[in-house]
Amino acid sequence: MIQVDYSNKKDTRSGFGAGMAELGRTNPDVVALCADLIGSLKLEKFIEENPERFFQTGIAEANMMGIAAGLTIGGKIPFACTFANFATGRVYDQIRQSIAYSGKNVKIAASHAGLTLGEDGATHQILEDIGLMQMLPGFTVINPCDYNQTKAATIAAAAHDGPVYLRFGRPKWPVFTPENQEFTIGKAWHIQSGTDVSIFATGHMVLKAIEAAAQLQDKGVSAEVINIHTIKPLDIQAVIESVQKTRCAVIAEEHQRLGGLGSAIAQVTAEGCPVPLEFVAVQDSFGESGTSDALLEKYGLGASHVTAAALKVLSRK
Amino acid sequence: MPTISELQAICSQVRRDIIRQTHGVQSGHPGGSLGCTEYMVALYFEIMHHDKSFQMDGKGEDLFFLSNGHISPVWYSVLARSGYFPVSELATFRKLDSRLQGHPATHEHLPGIRVASGSLGQGMSVAIGAALSKKLNGDSRMVYSLHGDGELQEGQIWEAAMYAAHNKVDNLISSIDLNGQQIDGPTEQVLSLGNLRAKWEAFGWDVLECADGNDIEQLLAALNEAKQRSGNGKPVMILMRTAMGKGVDFMEGTHHWHGVAPNDEQKDRALAQLPETLGDY
Repeated sequence: MIQVDYSNKKDTRSGFGAGMAELGRTNPDVVALCADLIGSLKLEKFIEENPERFFQTGIAEANMMGIAAGLTIGGKIPFACTFANFATGRVYDQIRQSIAYSGKNVKIAASHAGLTLGEDGATHQILEDIGLMQMLPGFTVINPCDYNQTKAATIAAAAHDGPVYLRFGRPKWPVFTPENQEFTIGKAWHIQSGTDVSIFATGHMVLKAIEAAAQLQDKGVSAEVINIHTIKPLDIQAVIESVQKTRCAVIAEEHQRLGGLGSAIAQVTAEGCPVPLEFVAVQDSFGESGTSDALLEKYGLGASHVTAAALKVLSRK
Repeated sequence: MPTISELQAICSQVRRDIIRQTHGVQSGHPGGSLGCTEYMVALYFEIMHHDKSFQMDGKGEDLFFLSNGHISPVWYSVLARSGYFPVSELATFRKLDSRLQGHPATHEHLPGIRVASGSLGQGMSVAIGAALSKKLNGDSRMVYSLHGDGELQEGQIWEAAMYAAHNKVDNLISSIDLNGQQIDGPTEQVLSLGNLRAKWEAFGWDVLECADGNDIEQLLAALNEAKQRSGNGKPVMILMRTAMGKGVDFMEGTHHWHGVAPNDEQKDRALAQLPETLGDY
């Protein structure tokens, strides 16, 4: 079982900033665009070291997505950076036509996703973005779980030829994945093996899955915890192999219940290995202002909720 | 360099292609296509340095982006007549399994197209990105974009306008097809555009006007003037007055032919006004 050091917390967006700083030094084709949120996206180091490769678009996200698409013509690898809400729903048609349908090698870097952005409230807490982005043909959708994984995912996104949606968050969060890890897009990470129930989790909810697995162990339940950092393309083999063993699963995500990782896993298990599933996600509602932890508890995304879902799904086997 | 009369002859054939493409599938947008024929012919046969062998990156070439993608028939005709793909392929326009989609797309790998368009207001942003890429690559070639006047009602256009001026994107020459018409009627009735010269100048662009964008000599003069003015710290805008449906008397000057295809009898009447100069596909 993985040991989480709660004294070592860093925000995933800083992992993105660190990844961009490294890309700035290693890949001359990488460029960045930002819609008036440099500090929030932790782009300072990239800009300081590569001022000619940074484009400040102002508060004009639609234009930013179009410029990013255009920059690929001539061989650039643009990262279009803003809050997840403004990086998806606000500019969905620009992404759909100018990037996805046009097959452009644009990376959309989306911070402050989900409830855990906290006090800014529901206007900024997008919980629909995974669904929106995974529906777009050809798009890769990645939601890393901590600082180290976000840094690795950022570097992997630049190396991938094709549009990528990279989703991360605002709060400082325990760092529990290895530094300088190898990150393979589309390859799930087995955090711990178990035999009774599978827990598939993405983003900040991976921590809650690890905590729930410890709670379940105390109750004599052996949980398998798998980090699905790439929602699309989904590691179908990892999902099916796990549920063939455990015969039931819980899916945990900081997203609406409809359209996210849970929906994706329900589809592939329905086709490949039908088993009972329970979903730890937001139940068709908007969020509100509050601290990250208080919001996760209120909206049913705490470790205890994952544990309860696991016990429930076990009873349905 | 082709002579003026040679360019006019190409325009006549392109107009025939527009009528025949839209008639052949009984859909598409002939009105704006006919109105922008001189602009497209001038760009591809005279103004731009471009390579019909087509590389997506377009390094060392002038690039063109069509933002008002619904006038695809004129672009497809000009691309085919320039040698990007066989003119016979124009017969597949809007049909199943064609590379000539209803609106321009890269998805089927049609040579000459670098981004999809059709959902309006997006092309200027993409053109700016391509222009910035050229600057980063030390590529001194130009980027051209064309926009409908009704399209100026989209907010993204003005985001792009502000960006290009603030960031001195002076390797960009955009043009507006000022035909005064959109689907629901004259732009002045649907949503007035106001004083466009004053608007673009207020946004920081170098603006020039072409009083008759269907006069190939006037248009060439405007495009050459725009090239002269490029590289001076400002993006350049050509406000180009055209007539929707130009070249076919019963289609000219009305929004009715924005998105309506001619029937058999109308097709014959239209073609009778347009000499076949290069051979129909």
